[in-house]
Amino acid sequence: MSEREIPEHLLKTKRGEPVTLLEAISEALFEEMTRDDSVFLLGEDIGVYGGAFKVTRDFLSHFGPQRVIDTPIAEGGFTGAAAGAAHMGLRPVVEIQFMDFISPAYDVITNYIATSLYRGAGPMPLVIRGPVGGGNRGGPFHSQNVEMAFFHTPGLKIVYPSTARDAKGLLKSAIRDDNPVIFEEHKGLYRAPALREVLPDEDYVVPLGKARTVREGSDLTIVTYGAMVHKSTEAAETLANDDGVSVEVIDLRTLLPLDDEAIVDSVKKTGKLLVVHEDTRTGGIAGEIAMRVSEKAFEWLDGPILRVTSIDSPVPYSGSLEDYFLPQTDDVLAAARYLAAY
Amino acid sequence: MADGETFGLGRAELHDLYRALVVTRAAEERLETLQKQGHVTGGLYRSLGQEAGAVGAAYALRRRTDGSGDFLAPTIRAAGALFLFGGELIDFFRQYMARGTGPTRGREANVHWFDFQKGFVGPVSPLGTMIEVMAGITLSFRLRGEDRIGMVFYGDGASSTGAWHEGLNFAAVQGCPLILMVENNQWAFSTPTAKNTRVSSFTEKGPGYGIGAESVDGTDVLAVFDAVRRAAVDVRSGEGTRMVELRYFRRKGHAQHDPQDYVDPALIAEWEKKDPIDRFRRRLLEHDWATEEELNAIDEEEFERCRLAAEQAVGEPFPEGPDALLDVYTDVDVRGPWTRNERPDPALA
Repeated sequence: MSEREIPEHLLKTKRGEPVTLLEAISEALFEEMTRDDSVFLLGEDIGVYGGAFKVTRDFLSHFGPQRVIDTPIAEGGFTGAAAGAAHMGLRPVVEIQFMDFISPAYDVITNYIATSLYRGAGPMPLVIRGPVGGGNRGGPFHSQNVEMAFFHTPGLKIVYPSTARDAKGLLKSAIRDDNPVIFEEHKGLYRAPALREVLPDEDYVVPLGKARTVREGSDLTIVTYGAMVHKSTEAAETLANDDGVSVEVIDLRTLLPLDDEAIVDSVKKTGKLLVVHEDTRTGGIAGEIAMRVSEKAFEWLDGPILRVTSIDSPVPYSGSLEDYFLPQTDDVLAAARYLAAY
Repeated sequence: MADGETFGLGRAELHDLYRALVVTRAAEERLETLQKQGHVTGGLYRSLGQEAGAVGAAYALRRRTDGSGDFLAPTIRAAGALFLFGGELIDFFRQYMARGTGPTRGREANVHWFDFQKGFVGPVSPLGTMIEVMAGITLSFRLRGEDRIGMVFYGDGASSTGAWHEGLNFAAVQGCPLILMVENNQWAFSTPTAKNTRVSSFTEKGPGYGIGAESVDGTDVLAVFDAVRRAAVDVRSGEGTRMVELRYFRRKGHAQHDPQDYVDPALIAEWEKKDPIDRFRRRLLEHDWATEEELNAIDEEEFERCRLAAEQAVGEPFPEGPDALLDVYTDVDVRGPWTRNERPDPALA
């Protein structure tokens, strides 16, 4: 434990106060860096400035420049450097300022990092985290979801939390994992007041690869993740109150490896499946989920597997365009009603 | 420099250098035979004419086997460096022949293997990426205050990639103790250097990154040793990243399947006269650093060592097909094809 004082804003859980999803992530990073000297941070503007979203505010003064490294604007360069450091037994956590900017690191992530264990180099304990998602009028380059650019790469894990509690527990698991993890943080959830919650004041983790049943139901299943968990839950409540339809909502939490068992078990119970994701439609995770359910639970299906997603376009800037682009609660409602009546 | 200069190397060390050159060539020539016999299934890449670059450079570093020495990222044309760092000849043949007994158990080819105790990392084929990775490996040395440095080889072609730029810039800014070794063999597959860069020497790129750079005759093993030795002193004393350009010529095609018909044969003939092994052998004899008998004995020993290692590797098994499922993750199983189960059932997919 460092002798330096813990910054005030990182003591909320200690004091029993509720935290936002962003604060939960800051706490996870801070606690892991305190617990394990081999954990260090690399990224743009994370030190002096504290990160574009202030996730690492005051980390530099607490941990020093050896462990909080402001990098050149070179996502490939510092992600690759993190891989080298991981070879040498360190546990780097890379921040991509906006996940839209991860593309220069695509080469080193897919060719080098993801294949490293397979090629005989041993564990690759590395987390690449950063903000994703739309709804903030960020335009094409500050709004994307990047999971499916990496979903097709064996060797990677992909995590995408929807609550403060999960964000903290999953990030701790990711940092302790010996495999490379891409960790997506929806910026619309970062400071959402409704997501503030009091977290356990203990060193808890949430295991990777395990989905969470947000809400139990018997008529149909919604499989979703990230910001869409909240829109799906909202729709499920409306359906229960207005339509008498009982919807089960599954939050995947980890996208790779996918928790087949949770999905299949739920489909076997309800017989109907709707997948909701904020990522665009073609090549979205709904396709893979539908395939797996077809393989493993075809006999249990009482209707088509449907999806609600963003449209197949770049993320537009103007509010009217972006609201049209993104899946809305009404879209989830419409799809669920169609499926319930099928 | 005076032709009689040995840069502090004694007779035994000069013989070491000669031996490393000879084994590189003997191993690669052995591979050609093995390929003709059908044992080498993937690409075969020769370093003919470039052996002195790899050998002279690696010999200037601290090579240890307990994880405390310097660190190497070789290329397919730097097998000599790998051997000097303790890479076993038998593993070299196992790798090329995809045997399950090799260090990557048939998952990867040629010099693409790892040994962190001996201090080397297996490269990936887009070589610019290795600058990024080696920047991180040497960053860890700096962060932990370890007295170790790194050396990364790459070709003139890799110098054109974004990864090269990002990795070098990061290393330079962070003061990573790293030596970049650019193998300027004048060809990136079929593309001549003039189509990869406007600079006439890669050393011109050093100042753009605020690092020192030196160019050296890559066919002269002692000149390479000296240049890298001096670069290593700077890097080790905390002066950050350095670059050394090896000037030579790729006398074979990119790989054995490349007939090299885009190269003027006269040029190849000209470079044959600067063959690094012939050159060094003549020098050893002229200065009485070795006798004809001693050198012949080394030639024979290394030839025989290659023959025996290759023979042993040929007799070893390939990996079992389902081994392909292992080690994708440390803790997640990958499923095999359901169609090959005793009772094919997609629910087992």
